[in-house]
Order: sequence, then structure tokens, then C-alpha cells
Amino acid sequence: MALLSKKDAGLLTDPLTDNNPITVQVLGICSALAITAELKASIVMALSVMAVLALGNVAISLLRNIIPSKIRIIVQLVVVAALVIIVDLILKAFSYELSKTLSVFVGLIITNCIIMGRFEAFALGNGPWKSFLDGIGNAAGYGLILVIVGFFRELLGSGTLLGFKVLGDPIEKTGLYAIGYENNGFMLLSPMALIVLGIIIWIQRSRNKVLIEEN
Amino acid sequence: MSLKQNLHNLKEKYKGTKMAPAFNAIHTFLYMPNDVTHGGTHIKAADDLKRTMNMVILALIPCLLFGMFNAGYQHYAAIDSSLRDNVLTNFFTFDNFWIGIIKVLPLVIVSYGVGLGVEFIFAIIKGHEVEEGYLVTGMLVPLIVPIDTPLWMLSIAVIFGVIIGKEVFGGTGMNILNPALTIRAFLFFAYPTWMSGDKVWVYDAVNRAGTADAISGETILGSYAQNQEVIYSNWDKFMGFIPGSVGETSTFLILIGAAFLIFTKIGSWRIIVSTFMGAAVMGLIFNQIVAADIITSSSKFYGLMHTAWYEHLMIGGLAFGAVFMATDPVTASQTNKGKWIYGFLIGFMSIMIRVFNPAYPEGVFLAILLMNVFAPTIDHYVVQGNVKKRLNRTKLKTA
Repeated sequence: MALLSKKDAGLLTDPLTDNNPITVQVLGICSALAITAELKASIVMALSVMAVLALGNVAISLLRNIIPSKIRIIVQLVVVAALVIIVDLILKAFSYELSKTLSVFVGLIITNCIIMGRFEAFALGNGPWKSFLDGIGNAAGYGLILVIVGFFRELLGSGTLLGFKVLGDPIEKTGLYAIGYENNGFMLLSPMALIVLGIIIWIQRSRNKVLIEEN
Repeated sequence: MSLKQNLHNLKEKYKGTKMAPAFNAIHTFLYMPNDVTHGGTHIKAADDLKRTMNMVILALIPCLLFGMFNAGYQHYAAIDSSLRDNVLTNFFTFDNFWIGIIKVLPLVIVSYGVGLGVEFIFAIIKGHEVEEGYLVTGMLVPLIVPIDTPLWMLSIAVIFGVIIGKEVFGGTGMNILNPALTIRAFLFFAYPTWMSGDKVWVYDAVNRAGTADAISGETILGSYAQNQEVIYSNWDKFMGFIPGSVGETSTFLILIGAAFLIFTKIGSWRIIVSTFMGAAVMGLIFNQIVAADIITSSSKFYGLMHTAWYEHLMIGGLAFGAVFMATDPVTASQTNKGKWIYGFLIGFMSIMIRVFNPAYPEGVFLAILLMNVFAPTIDHYVVQGNVKKRLNRTKLKTA
């Protein structure tokens, strides 16, 4: 027997492609533009969102039958705020430099539409195990795009990957820089993140048969 | 067999295949098509898109040739400043032109080669005809970049500009932003060290930096931004014997191009005039601020605010932008009243950005791009205003 039933596996894999929270649902754009100038920050952000979303989904799913529907948004906010504070404190304790790079954006995970969206759309109506898988899947879909954008922005903008100088040293003029290559400063600015994101959406929409719209 | 016949045969041979648009484009670019429209009555006009584009290119040729001479002249004058004492004899020399050939022609070739390459690839993938829109863009791009721009940077910028500035919107005629300015803006934001400062405007100044042969070629705007005086007379500024981007220095030749465009009814005189008006008004405002002693000579804005308003019209890329960029019929306002507003705001904001931009003392391309975005909004309100006026008129009549 497979580890996951087919339906459960779909919860994990759908958000990666056909139902990607960023490129298809166009949620969580703000943080995808702000913190993707470095690959490392993108990865940490993706992991933070994954922790918050998976645990939050489970918590909301467990509470789903006792939350009065009139105040459910407040309850969701309390849950996500508590989790975000935990993530923020862990980051501050174990990787202070990185948490300074991410600065306010860890706190702003609270306002990330993907999280409230999944609470509302999924966790309130499904059991904890499914909600957990859904949280992991959606956060992975979000993280995948973040990592792709971060990869290109760091590689072309700073010439590094995770801080390693993969293209050579721009000051010593080694590697690609010896033949006159220069870093693209535009890549480090947020507008270029939007353009990279747009190109990803463009490629996905023109390749994926499910997403091609009738004119 | 003539070239035309050959091309026609090739076109027939590849008809219906993926490569068809490519052969079609070459054929119709060089010759009239063999087959004309059948049946019905047609109004025939000589100015199809290709002819229109060719007219603009003709208007740009003087600027290009002047830019090629100027490339060499600025180089030699930076080494030996006594050349500036007798401009006319020292300007039109073959040595000057030769530097133009080795530095400017590659920019033109790369701009056209890469840009048309992207256009052809897109036409083949999307299966439509190759559009002529790039003919003018390809000529504008080399004229608005610094002479020492590395060719690979230009290629990347052209690819970016053609795809993001034009093709994603659906190709020629559908673009919101002027592709040439998109390319310029990309270069500016991506490689600021190659686009600003006092080294990039004169051939070879970058290579010589830090050596005993170092030469400097600060633009007039750059000097004013640092509150320095310049050695160029108003005559130099008007005729264009000054450092700057390749083809935008000569206000005189640009005005000749403008006259040509207005005469052939390709460029809108309303936009050109209103852009200059807007710039003059903003320049006058700044002059008045200085005259009123609100800004004193210790301020970092003093140099550019102090610059006389008519000087603002001659230096930097304002004239070039007003005549060749702002008038782009696709991205400009379409209504006559809208054109006045559109042009005026371009001029107004160009000078404002020029004075207040701390990183780069020029703002024409940013102002035009901004107004490109607002052009449809301006048109919308002009049209709505007209609709309202007419509705009121009918109400009065019926009442």
C-alpha cells in the first residue's frame, strides 16, 4: 500500500503546479517580491511559511467544530500570530543575521493571503491529517516559486548562490568577470522580481494545458 | 532571375510552414508584394507602416551621422582641449568619423540584429507576420546610449525591451511603453556604472580611467548637478558639439528632423510643442525660485535650478525625447487635447526629475515612460469630457 492515498498525494502535488498559490492563484505576491533578492532568504522564508501553514492548518482543523463562525477570523489570526511569533523568535535565536535580512517580512507572514486562504478554504472543512498535507503542499508550492525567483535574482543580480561566488569575483575580476561580465543591478530591485514572476507565470500558462484560457 | 523573383519563389515554397513569416517579411521589406488585394474598392495610401517607419529613420539619419563625428570629436577634444577653439575645422574630419564607424556602427548593428532576431523568432512561434515596429526602435536605441556601452549589455537590454516592452503586450501597436525607452531604462537600472558618471560619455574614457592618460567627459548636466560651470557656449549646446549619448546632442539636427516629421505628418506637432512648453515652464519656475533667493548657491540643486530655462531645452536628451520618443503614435495620447496635456507633463516632469534626481541628472526617459502609462487615462477623460459636453448640448436643445 502506498504511503498516501491518491487523493492525499494530490493535496501535496497540486499546489506545486496546476494550483500554485503564487502563479495561479496570485496570492502572497508581496513577500515573493520583497525577500527574493537572495536565495538563502527565499529558502528560509519558504520554510517559515511552511511551518506556520502546516501547524496552523492542523490547529484550525482541530478547532474547526468549536469555533463559532462569526468570530472565526479572529481565532485564525490568533493562531497564525502565535505561530509567526514562535518562528520569528526561533530565527532570532539561531540565525540572527538572516532574521535581520528578512526583517519585518517574517512578521508579515500573518498577512500572507495564502495562510488565511488555506485556513478558510481547507482547514475549516477537513480533518487534521489532510489539513497538514494541504499546508505542506501549498507552502511547498509557494516556496518553489520563491526559490526559483531567488535563484535567478541572486545569480544574475549578485553573481552568487547562497553566498558562494559561483560566477567569479567581481572585484578581483576572476571567472566570468574577467571577460567583462557585470552584475545586473536591476535584478536586486523589486520591480525585476515582479517581471521574473511574470515570466514564470507566462511560461507556465503557455505550457500547461489545464491553464490555457479561451480567448 | 532577379532577387525579387528568388524571394518570391522562396516565399511560395515555404508558404504554410513555420518559416513563412520570415520570408514574407524580407520580401515585403525590400519590394512591393506581387499580389495586391482583389475585388472591392480600396482607398490607396502610400504610407503603410513600413513607409512610415522609413520616414522616421530618414529623420534620424542626420543625428546618427552627427553622432558618429561627435564620437571622435569628443574623444580627441578630451585629450587636446585646444581642438575646441576651432570647432568647424576640427569636427568634420575623417579621424572623427572613423571612431564613429568603429564605435557607433557596432551599436547599430547589434541593436538591429538582436532586436529583429527576437521579432523573427516571435513571429515564427506565434505564427503571425513579422511587424515593422522594430525598424525605428532599432535606430533609436544606439542613439540614446553612451558610446562605450558594451555590446553584450546592449544585446541583453534589447532582448528584454523587445520581449517585456512589446511582445508580451501582443507586438507592434499594442505596447504600453515605448520599447526604445524600455531598453534605455533597463540599461540604466541594471548597469548604472555604465550609464552615468563622467567616464562613459567619451570613447575610451573608461579604459583610461586611473592611468596617466585619463580623460574626462562629464556631460553638461553632470557638471551643473555638481554646481560646476561648463566650458561650452550656447552655440555648442545648440549645435551639439558636447558630450552626451551618441545621437542626442545636436538640438539643431533634431529640430530639422522634427520639421521633417511634422511636414510628413508622422510626428504630432502638438506633442513636440507642448513638451518644449512644459520644460520651459518648469525651467522658468526653477529660475524664479533661484531669483527669489529661496535656493542659494550652497544648495546641491542650485546648479541645475540656476540653469536658464532655454538652456534646459538644449542640453540633455529633452529635444530628442520630445521629437522622436514622445511622439511615438502607439504610446502617446490619441486625442488632440490629450496630446497637449501629455506633452506638457512630459516636459514639465523631465526638468523636475532632472533637477531632483540625485543619482542621475536626467529625467526625460523616465518622464516619457511615466506619461506613456498615463496616456490612455488622459484620453479617457478627454473623451468623457467631450461626451458630457455633447450630452449637455442635446439637453439644452430639447429643453
